Amino acid sequence: MTYARDVAALARKDLLLELRARETLPAMLLFVLATLVAFRFALPADASERASVGLLWVAILFTALLGITRAFIPEREQRVLDGLVLAPVDRSAIWLGKVVATLAFLGAAELVALPAFGLFFESVTWSTVAAVVLADIGICAVGAILAAMAAAGRARELLFPVLFLPLSLPILVGGVGAAVSDDPGRYLAFLALYDGVFAILAWASFEYVVTE
Amino acid sequence: MAVAAAVVLVAGVALALLWAPEDADQGPSQRIFYLHVPIALTAYACFGWGAWKALRLLWTGDRRYDLESYTAVHMGTIFGTLTLVTGSIWARTSWGVWWSWGERQLVLFLILFLFYAAYFMLRFSLPDGPGRARISAVYALFGVVLIPISFLAIRLAENLIHPVVFTRDGPQMSGDMFFTFCVCLAGTLLLAGTLYLNELAGKRLDLRLRELRESLELG
Repeated sequence: MTYARDVAALARKDLLLELRARETLPAMLLFVLATLVAFRFALPADASERASVGLLWVAILFTALLGITRAFIPEREQRVLDGLVLAPVDRSAIWLGKVVATLAFLGAAELVALPAFGLFFESVTWSTVAAVVLADIGICAVGAILAAMAAAGRARELLFPVLFLPLSLPILVGGVGAAVSDDPGRYLAFLALYDGVFAILAWASFEYVVTE
Repeated sequence: MAVAAAVVLVAGVALALLWAPEDADQGPSQRIFYLHVPIALTAYACFGWGAWKALRLLWTGDRRYDLESYTAVHMGTIFGTLTLVTGSIWARTSWGVWWSWGERQLVLFLILFLFYAAYFMLRFSLPDGPGRARISAVYALFGVVLIPISFLAIRLAENLIHPVVFTRDGPQMSGDMFFTFCVCLAGTLLLAGTLYLNELAGKRLDLRLRELRESLELG
Protein backbone atom coordinates (compact mmCIF):
# COMPACT_ATOMS: atom_id res chain seq x y z
CA MET A 1 0.00 0.00 0.00
CA THR A 2 2.82 2.39 0.84
CA TYR A 3 4.26 1.53 -2.56
CA ALA A 4 1.13 2.80 -4.31
CA ARG A 5 1.21 5.91 -2.14
CA ASP A 6 4.83 6.60 -3.04
CA VAL A 7 4.07 6.20 -6.74
CA ALA A 8 1.08 8.51 -6.48
CA ALA A 9 3.10 11.14 -4.62
CA LEU A 10 5.90 11.04 -7.19
CA ALA A 11 3.47 11.25 -10.12
CA ARG A 12 1.62 14.10 -8.42
CA LYS A 13 4.91 15.99 -8.05
CA ASP A 14 5.50 15.82 -11.80
CA LEU A 15 1.93 16.82 -12.65
CA LEU A 16 2.04 19.76 -10.22
CA LEU A 17 5.37 20.91 -11.65
CA GLU A 18 3.85 20.79 -15.11
CA LEU A 19 0.74 22.68 -13.99
CA ARG A 20 2.91 25.47 -12.59
CA ALA A 21 5.55 25.69 -15.30
CA ARG A 22 3.44 24.59 -18.31
CA GLU A 23 6.43 23.58 -20.37
CA THR A 24 5.98 20.05 -21.69
CA LEU A 25 2.30 19.63 -22.46
CA PRO A 26 1.76 22.76 -24.61
CA ALA A 27 4.87 21.85 -26.57
CA MET A 28 3.58 18.31 -27.13
CA LEU A 29 0.13 19.51 -28.21
CA LEU A 30 1.49 22.04 -30.69
CA PHE A 31 4.06 19.61 -31.95
CA VAL A 32 1.58 16.84 -32.70
CA LEU A 33 -0.75 19.23 -34.50
CA ALA A 34 2.07 20.76 -36.51
CA THR A 35 3.32 17.29 -37.42
CA LEU A 36 -0.10 16.20 -38.67
CA VAL A 37 -0.36 19.35 -40.79
CA ALA A 38 3.14 18.79 -42.14
CA PHE A 39 2.22 15.20 -43.04
CA ARG A 40 -0.83 16.43 -44.90
CA PHE A 41 1.51 18.17 -47.31
CA ALA A 42 4.03 15.34 -47.37
CA LEU A 43 1.40 12.87 -48.63
CA PRO A 44 0.09 12.88 -52.18
CA ALA A 45 -3.58 13.85 -52.47
CA ASP A 46 -4.66 10.30 -53.26
CA ALA A 47 -2.67 8.63 -50.49
CA SER A 48 -4.03 5.38 -49.12
CA GLU A 49 -5.42 4.93 -45.64
CA ARG A 50 -2.38 2.86 -44.77
CA ALA A 51 -0.02 5.70 -45.51
CA SER A 52 -1.91 8.20 -43.35
CA VAL A 53 -2.28 5.72 -40.46
CA GLY A 54 1.45 5.07 -40.63
CA LEU A 55 2.10 8.77 -40.36
CA LEU A 56 -0.26 9.04 -37.38
CA TRP A 57 1.92 6.50 -35.60
CA VAL A 58 5.10 8.33 -36.48
CA ALA A 59 3.51 11.51 -35.13
CA ILE A 60 2.58 9.75 -31.86
CA LEU A 61 6.05 8.30 -31.47
CA PHE A 62 7.78 11.62 -32.09
CA THR A 63 5.43 13.45 -29.75
CA ALA A 64 6.23 10.90 -27.06
CA LEU A 65 9.89 11.45 -27.82
CA LEU A 66 9.48 15.17 -27.30
CA GLY A 67 7.63 14.71 -24.01
CA ILE A 68 9.79 12.02 -22.45
CA THR A 69 13.23 13.33 -23.47
CA ARG A 70 13.27 15.81 -20.63
CA ALA A 71 11.53 13.55 -18.11
CA PHE A 72 14.55 13.12 -15.86
CA ILE A 73 16.48 16.28 -16.71
CA PRO A 74 14.98 18.38 -13.85
CA GLU A 75 15.73 15.55 -11.41
CA ARG A 76 19.35 15.44 -12.52
CA GLU A 77 19.84 19.20 -12.72
CA GLN A 78 18.31 20.00 -9.35
CA ARG A 79 19.86 16.87 -7.83
CA VAL A 80 16.39 15.69 -6.78
CA LEU A 81 17.31 12.20 -7.89
CA ASP A 82 19.98 11.90 -5.18
CA GLY A 83 17.34 12.73 -2.61
CA LEU A 84 14.85 10.28 -4.06
CA VAL A 85 17.40 7.49 -4.14
CA LEU A 86 18.24 8.17 -0.49
CA ALA A 87 14.57 8.35 0.50
CA PRO A 88 13.06 5.22 2.06
CA VAL A 89 11.09 4.32 -1.06
CA ASP A 90 11.51 1.37 -3.37
CA ARG A 91 13.51 2.72 -6.33
CA SER A 92 11.19 1.16 -8.86
CA ALA A 93 8.50 3.49 -7.47
CA ILE A 94 10.48 6.40 -8.98
CA TRP A 95 10.18 4.71 -12.36
CA LEU A 96 6.49 3.92 -11.95
CA GLY A 97 5.71 7.47 -10.83
CA LYS A 98 7.44 8.80 -13.93
CA VAL A 99 5.56 6.33 -16.13
CA VAL A 100 2.23 7.49 -14.70
CA ALA A 101 3.11 11.17 -15.20
CA THR A 102 4.37 10.73 -18.77
CA LEU A 103 1.32 8.58 -19.56
CA ALA A 104 -0.89 11.46 -18.46
CA PHE A 105 0.96 13.92 -20.75
CA LEU A 106 0.97 11.57 -23.70
CA GLY A 107 -2.70 10.70 -23.20
CA ALA A 108 -3.60 14.39 -23.11
CA ALA A 109 -1.67 15.01 -26.32
CA GLU A 110 -3.47 12.10 -27.99
CA LEU A 111 -6.87 13.38 -26.87
CA VAL A 112 -6.12 16.24 -29.25
CA ALA A 113 -4.18 14.27 -31.86
CA LEU A 114 -6.74 11.53 -32.55
CA PRO A 115 -9.70 13.87 -33.22
CA ALA A 116 -7.41 16.08 -35.28
CA PHE A 117 -6.34 13.05 -37.28
CA GLY A 118 -10.01 12.16 -37.78
CA LEU A 119 -10.67 15.69 -38.98
CA PHE A 120 -7.68 16.01 -41.33
CA PHE A 121 -7.45 12.44 -42.64
CA GLU A 122 -9.85 9.60 -41.88
CA SER A 123 -12.00 8.58 -38.98
CA VAL A 124 -10.27 6.74 -36.18
CA THR A 125 -11.37 3.14 -35.59
CA TRP A 126 -11.81 1.50 -32.19
CA SER A 127 -8.93 -0.83 -32.86
CA THR A 128 -6.68 2.21 -33.37
CA VAL A 129 -7.78 3.65 -30.03
CA ALA A 130 -7.11 0.33 -28.29
CA ALA A 131 -3.71 0.13 -29.98
CA VAL A 132 -2.87 3.69 -28.91
CA VAL A 133 -3.71 2.90 -25.28
CA LEU A 134 -1.58 -0.26 -25.31
CA ALA A 135 1.24 1.46 -27.17
CA ASP A 136 1.29 4.36 -24.69
CA ILE A 137 1.99 1.97 -21.82
CA GLY A 138 4.92 0.45 -23.68
CA ILE A 139 6.24 3.83 -24.84
CA CYS A 140 6.18 5.28 -21.33
CA ALA A 141 7.53 2.15 -19.63
CA VAL A 142 10.54 1.96 -21.96
CA GLY A 143 10.82 5.73 -22.32
CA ALA A 144 11.02 6.43 -18.59
CA ILE A 145 13.98 4.11 -17.98
CA LEU A 146 15.82 5.19 -21.14
CA ALA A 147 15.30 8.85 -20.21
CA ALA A 148 16.90 8.15 -16.83
CA MET A 149 19.84 6.51 -18.62
CA ALA A 150 20.24 9.35 -21.10
CA ALA A 151 20.00 12.01 -18.39
CA ALA A 152 22.98 10.44 -16.62
CA GLY A 153 25.24 11.08 -19.59
CA ARG A 154 26.70 14.18 -21.19
CA ALA A 155 24.72 14.03 -24.41
CA ARG A 156 21.30 13.89 -22.67
CA GLU A 157 18.63 15.17 -25.07
CA LEU A 158 20.68 14.05 -28.04
CA LEU A 159 21.05 10.56 -26.71
CA PHE A 160 17.45 9.71 -25.84
CA PRO A 161 15.99 9.50 -29.38
CA VAL A 162 18.89 7.30 -30.48
CA LEU A 163 18.25 4.92 -27.59
CA PHE A 164 14.49 5.01 -27.88
CA LEU A 165 13.75 4.60 -31.59
CA PRO A 166 15.23 1.11 -32.16
CA LEU A 167 13.34 -0.14 -29.11
CA SER A 168 10.07 1.43 -30.23
CA LEU A 169 10.03 -0.08 -33.74
CA PRO A 170 7.97 -3.10 -32.55
CA ILE A 171 5.35 -0.66 -31.20
CA LEU A 172 5.14 0.94 -34.63
CA VAL A 173 4.56 -2.47 -36.21
CA GLY A 174 1.86 -3.38 -33.70
CA GLY A 175 0.13 0.00 -33.93
CA VAL A 176 0.02 0.22 -37.71
CA GLY A 177 -0.97 -3.44 -37.93
CA ALA A 178 -3.88 -3.04 -35.53
CA ALA A 179 -5.14 -0.05 -37.52
CA VAL A 180 -5.03 -1.48 -41.05
CA SER A 181 -5.27 -5.24 -40.62
CA ASP A 182 -8.52 -7.21 -40.89
CA ASP A 183 -7.50 -9.12 -37.79
CA PRO A 184 -6.36 -6.46 -35.27
CA GLY A 185 -6.45 -8.93 -32.37
CA ARG A 186 -3.05 -10.38 -33.20
CA TYR A 187 -1.43 -6.95 -33.26
CA LEU A 188 -3.12 -5.85 -30.04
CA ALA A 189 -1.94 -9.06 -28.37
CA PHE A 190 1.57 -8.32 -29.63
CA LEU A 191 1.44 -4.80 -28.16
CA ALA A 192 0.25 -6.25 -24.84
CA LEU A 193 3.14 -8.74 -24.92
CA TYR A 194 5.60 -5.90 -25.58
CA ASP A 195 4.17 -3.90 -22.67
CA GLY A 196 4.34 -6.85 -20.30
CA VAL A 197 7.88 -7.91 -21.16
CA PHE A 198 9.47 -4.47 -21.18
CA ALA A 199 7.52 -3.18 -18.17
CA ILE A 200 8.75 -6.09 -16.07
CA LEU A 201 12.32 -5.65 -17.31
CA ALA A 202 12.29 -1.89 -16.71
CA TRP A 203 10.64 -2.26 -13.32
CA ALA A 204 13.23 -4.80 -12.22
CA SER A 205 16.29 -3.01 -13.57
CA PHE A 206 15.50 0.65 -12.87
CA GLU A 207 17.16 0.54 -9.47
CA TYR A 208 20.55 -0.11 -11.14
CA VAL A 209 20.15 2.91 -13.40
CA VAL A 210 19.73 5.47 -10.61
CA THR A 211 21.99 4.02 -7.89
CA GLU A 212 25.27 5.88 -7.77
CA MET B 1 43.27 -20.53 -29.90
CA ALA B 2 44.15 -18.08 -32.65
CA VAL B 3 45.84 -20.89 -34.60
CA ALA B 4 42.87 -23.20 -34.10
CA ALA B 5 40.52 -20.47 -35.29
CA ALA B 6 42.59 -19.86 -38.42
CA VAL B 7 42.88 -23.58 -39.24
CA VAL B 8 39.18 -24.33 -38.74
CA LEU B 9 38.07 -21.25 -40.65
CA VAL B 10 40.35 -21.97 -43.61
CA ALA B 11 39.18 -25.60 -43.58
CA GLY B 12 35.57 -24.45 -43.44
CA VAL B 13 35.95 -22.03 -46.34
CA ALA B 14 37.80 -24.66 -48.36
CA LEU B 15 35.06 -27.19 -47.70
CA ALA B 16 32.40 -24.66 -48.58
CA LEU B 17 34.07 -23.69 -51.85
CA LEU B 18 35.42 -27.02 -53.05
CA TRP B 19 33.65 -29.90 -51.36
CA ALA B 20 30.07 -28.98 -50.51
CA PRO B 21 27.60 -29.89 -53.27
CA GLU B 22 26.31 -27.07 -55.43
CA ASP B 23 22.85 -25.77 -54.68
CA ALA B 24 20.48 -26.83 -57.44
CA ASP B 25 18.53 -23.58 -57.30
CA GLN B 26 21.00 -20.82 -56.68
CA GLY B 27 24.24 -22.26 -58.02
CA PRO B 28 27.61 -21.11 -56.66
CA SER B 29 26.24 -17.96 -55.02
CA GLN B 30 24.62 -20.13 -52.40
CA ARG B 31 28.06 -20.87 -50.99
CA ILE B 32 28.11 -17.54 -49.16
CA PHE B 33 25.55 -19.22 -46.91
CA TYR B 34 28.43 -21.06 -45.24
CA LEU B 35 29.85 -17.75 -44.07
CA HIS B 36 26.74 -15.61 -43.72
CA VAL B 37 24.72 -17.82 -41.39
CA PRO B 38 27.59 -18.82 -39.07
CA ILE B 39 28.55 -15.14 -38.76
CA ALA B 40 24.96 -14.27 -37.88
CA LEU B 41 24.79 -17.04 -35.26
CA THR B 42 28.13 -15.91 -33.85
CA ALA B 43 26.77 -12.36 -33.53
CA TYR B 44 23.80 -13.69 -31.56
CA ALA B 45 26.17 -15.68 -29.38
CA CYS B 46 28.21 -12.52 -28.69
CA PHE B 47 25.13 -10.48 -27.78
CA GLY B 48 23.91 -13.29 -25.55
CA TRP B 49 27.31 -13.57 -23.90
CA GLY B 50 27.38 -9.80 -23.35
CA ALA B 51 23.94 -9.88 -21.75
CA TRP B 52 24.94 -12.80 -19.56
CA LYS B 53 27.99 -10.87 -18.32
CA ALA B 54 25.75 -7.84 -17.81
CA LEU B 55 23.44 -9.92 -15.66
CA ARG B 56 26.42 -11.19 -13.68
CA LEU B 57 27.55 -7.60 -13.15
CA LEU B 58 24.18 -6.52 -11.77
CA TRP B 59 24.02 -9.69 -9.69
CA THR B 60 27.45 -9.57 -8.10
CA GLY B 61 28.52 -5.94 -8.58
CA ASP B 62 31.95 -7.14 -9.71
CA ARG B 63 33.43 -4.48 -12.02
CA ARG B 64 35.38 -6.93 -14.17
CA TYR B 65 32.14 -8.14 -15.79
CA ASP B 66 31.62 -4.65 -17.17
CA LEU B 67 34.63 -4.89 -19.45
CA GLU B 68 33.70 -8.43 -20.47
CA SER B 69 30.13 -7.43 -21.33
CA TYR B 70 31.34 -4.40 -23.26
CA THR B 71 33.87 -6.43 -25.24
CA ALA B 72 31.27 -9.09 -26.08
CA VAL B 73 28.82 -6.46 -27.35
CA HIS B 74 31.68 -4.89 -29.31
CA MET B 75 32.41 -8.23 -31.01
CA GLY B 76 28.71 -8.82 -31.58
CA THR B 77 28.38 -5.49 -33.34
CA ILE B 78 31.34 -6.27 -35.60
CA PHE B 79 29.90 -9.67 -36.52
CA GLY B 80 26.44 -8.13 -36.90
CA THR B 81 27.81 -5.61 -39.37
CA LEU B 82 29.53 -8.44 -41.25
CA THR B 83 26.17 -10.23 -41.37
CA LEU B 84 24.60 -7.19 -42.97
CA VAL B 85 27.40 -6.98 -45.53
CA THR B 86 27.41 -10.69 -46.45
CA GLY B 87 23.61 -10.79 -46.48
CA SER B 88 23.53 -7.80 -48.78
CA ILE B 89 25.97 -9.46 -51.16
CA TRP B 90 23.90 -12.62 -51.14
CA ALA B 91 20.72 -10.66 -51.85
CA ARG B 92 22.47 -8.95 -54.78
CA THR B 93 23.56 -12.21 -56.38
CA SER B 94 20.34 -14.15 -55.89
CA TRP B 95 17.65 -11.50 -56.21
CA GLY B 96 19.50 -8.71 -57.98
CA VAL B 97 18.99 -6.14 -55.23
CA TRP B 98 21.36 -5.03 -52.49
CA TRP B 99 18.59 -4.83 -49.94
CA SER B 100 15.31 -6.68 -49.49
CA TRP B 101 12.83 -5.98 -46.73
CA GLY B 102 11.50 -9.49 -47.21
CA GLU B 103 14.59 -11.02 -45.66
CA ARG B 104 13.73 -11.24 -41.96
CA GLN B 105 17.17 -11.90 -40.57
CA LEU B 106 18.67 -8.94 -42.40
CA VAL B 107 15.96 -6.57 -41.18
CA LEU B 108 16.47 -7.87 -37.66
CA PHE B 109 20.19 -7.23 -37.91
CA LEU B 110 19.55 -3.72 -39.15
CA ILE B 111 17.44 -3.01 -36.05
CA LEU B 112 20.05 -4.63 -33.83
CA PHE B 113 22.76 -2.60 -35.52
CA LEU B 114 20.88 0.62 -34.69
CA PHE B 115 20.27 -0.58 -31.14
CA TYR B 116 23.86 -1.56 -30.40
CA ALA B 117 25.30 1.50 -32.12
CA ALA B 118 23.26 3.45 -29.56
CA TYR B 119 24.86 1.28 -26.84
CA PHE B 120 28.24 2.74 -27.72
CA MET B 121 26.86 6.28 -27.82
CA LEU B 122 25.35 5.73 -24.37
CA ARG B 123 28.54 4.28 -23.00
CA PHE B 124 30.77 7.04 -24.30
CA SER B 125 28.40 9.68 -22.99
CA LEU B 126 28.47 8.43 -19.40
CA PRO B 127 31.22 9.34 -16.93
CA ASP B 128 33.51 6.43 -16.10
CA GLY B 129 32.54 4.60 -12.92
CA PRO B 130 30.19 2.03 -11.43
CA GLY B 131 27.19 4.02 -12.68
CA ARG B 132 28.31 3.60 -16.28
CA ALA B 133 28.87 -0.12 -15.76
CA ARG B 134 25.37 -0.63 -14.40
CA ILE B 135 23.56 1.50 -16.99
CA SER B 136 25.41 -0.20 -19.87
CA ALA B 137 24.52 -3.57 -18.34
CA VAL B 138 20.82 -2.74 -18.14
CA TYR B 139 20.88 -1.56 -21.76
CA ALA B 140 22.62 -4.77 -22.87
CA LEU B 141 19.87 -6.76 -21.14
CA PHE B 142 17.24 -4.79 -23.06
CA GLY B 143 19.06 -5.91 -26.21
CA VAL B 144 18.58 -9.65 -25.73
CA VAL B 145 14.91 -9.07 -24.95
CA LEU B 146 14.58 -6.91 -28.05
CA ILE B 147 15.89 -9.70 -30.31
CA PRO B 148 12.89 -12.09 -30.02
CA ILE B 149 10.38 -9.21 -29.78
CA SER B 150 11.74 -7.63 -32.95
CA PHE B 151 11.77 -10.96 -34.70
CA LEU B 152 8.10 -11.38 -33.89
CA ALA B 153 7.40 -7.81 -35.00
CA ILE B 154 9.13 -8.39 -38.33
CA ARG B 155 7.07 -11.51 -38.93
CA LEU B 156 3.91 -9.56 -38.17
CA ALA B 157 4.97 -6.62 -40.33
CA GLU B 158 5.80 -8.84 -43.27
CA ASN B 159 2.11 -9.58 -43.77
CA LEU B 160 1.53 -5.85 -44.10
CA ILE B 161 4.47 -4.62 -46.12
CA HIS B 162 5.24 -7.76 -48.06
CA PRO B 163 2.23 -9.92 -48.83
CA VAL B 164 4.38 -12.53 -50.55
CA VAL B 165 6.26 -14.34 -47.85
CA PHE B 166 9.61 -15.76 -48.77
CA THR B 167 9.66 -19.40 -47.88
CA ARG B 168 13.27 -20.37 -48.20
CA ASP B 169 14.29 -23.87 -47.33
CA GLY B 170 14.76 -24.30 -43.61
CA PRO B 171 17.34 -26.64 -42.21
CA GLN B 172 16.85 -29.10 -45.09
CA MET B 173 20.46 -29.73 -45.90
CA SER B 174 22.24 -32.79 -47.08
CA GLY B 175 24.78 -34.36 -44.74
CA ASP B 176 27.76 -32.85 -46.60
CA MET B 177 26.28 -29.38 -46.49
CA PHE B 178 25.46 -29.67 -42.82
CA PHE B 179 28.98 -30.85 -42.00
CA THR B 180 30.52 -27.94 -43.90
CA PHE B 181 28.14 -25.59 -42.16
CA CYS B 182 29.18 -26.91 -38.74
CA VAL B 183 32.88 -26.54 -39.52
CA CYS B 184 32.28 -22.94 -40.62
CA LEU B 185 30.23 -22.23 -37.51
CA ALA B 186 32.97 -23.64 -35.29
CA GLY B 187 35.47 -21.48 -37.20
CA THR B 188 33.58 -18.21 -36.76
CA LEU B 189 32.87 -18.98 -33.10
CA LEU B 190 36.57 -19.66 -32.52
CA LEU B 191 37.46 -16.46 -34.34
CA ALA B 192 35.03 -14.48 -32.22
CA GLY B 193 36.41 -16.09 -29.07
CA THR B 194 39.98 -15.24 -30.05
CA LEU B 195 39.11 -11.66 -30.90
CA TYR B 196 37.15 -11.37 -27.66
CA LEU B 197 40.05 -12.58 -25.52
CA ASN B 198 42.55 -10.37 -27.34
CA GLU B 199 40.38 -7.30 -27.10
CA LEU B 200 39.66 -8.00 -23.45
CA ALA B 201 43.36 -8.39 -22.66
CA GLY B 202 44.05 -5.12 -24.49
CA LYS B 203 41.35 -3.24 -22.65
CA ARG B 204 42.49 -4.60 -19.29
CA LEU B 205 46.07 -3.53 -20.05
CA ASP B 206 44.78 -0.11 -20.99
CA LEU B 207 42.88 0.20 -17.75
CA ARG B 208 45.85 -1.01 -15.70
CA LEU B 209 48.13 1.45 -17.46
CA ARG B 210 45.77 4.31 -16.73
CA GLU B 211 45.56 3.33 -13.07
CA LEU B 212 49.34 3.15 -12.79
CA ARG B 213 49.75 6.49 -14.50
CA GLU B 214 47.24 8.09 -12.17
CA SER B 215 48.93 6.69 -9.09
CA LEU B 216 52.29 7.95 -10.44
CA GLU B 217 50.88 11.43 -10.93
CA LEU B 218 49.40 11.38 -7.47
CA GLY B 219 52.63 10.05 -5.95
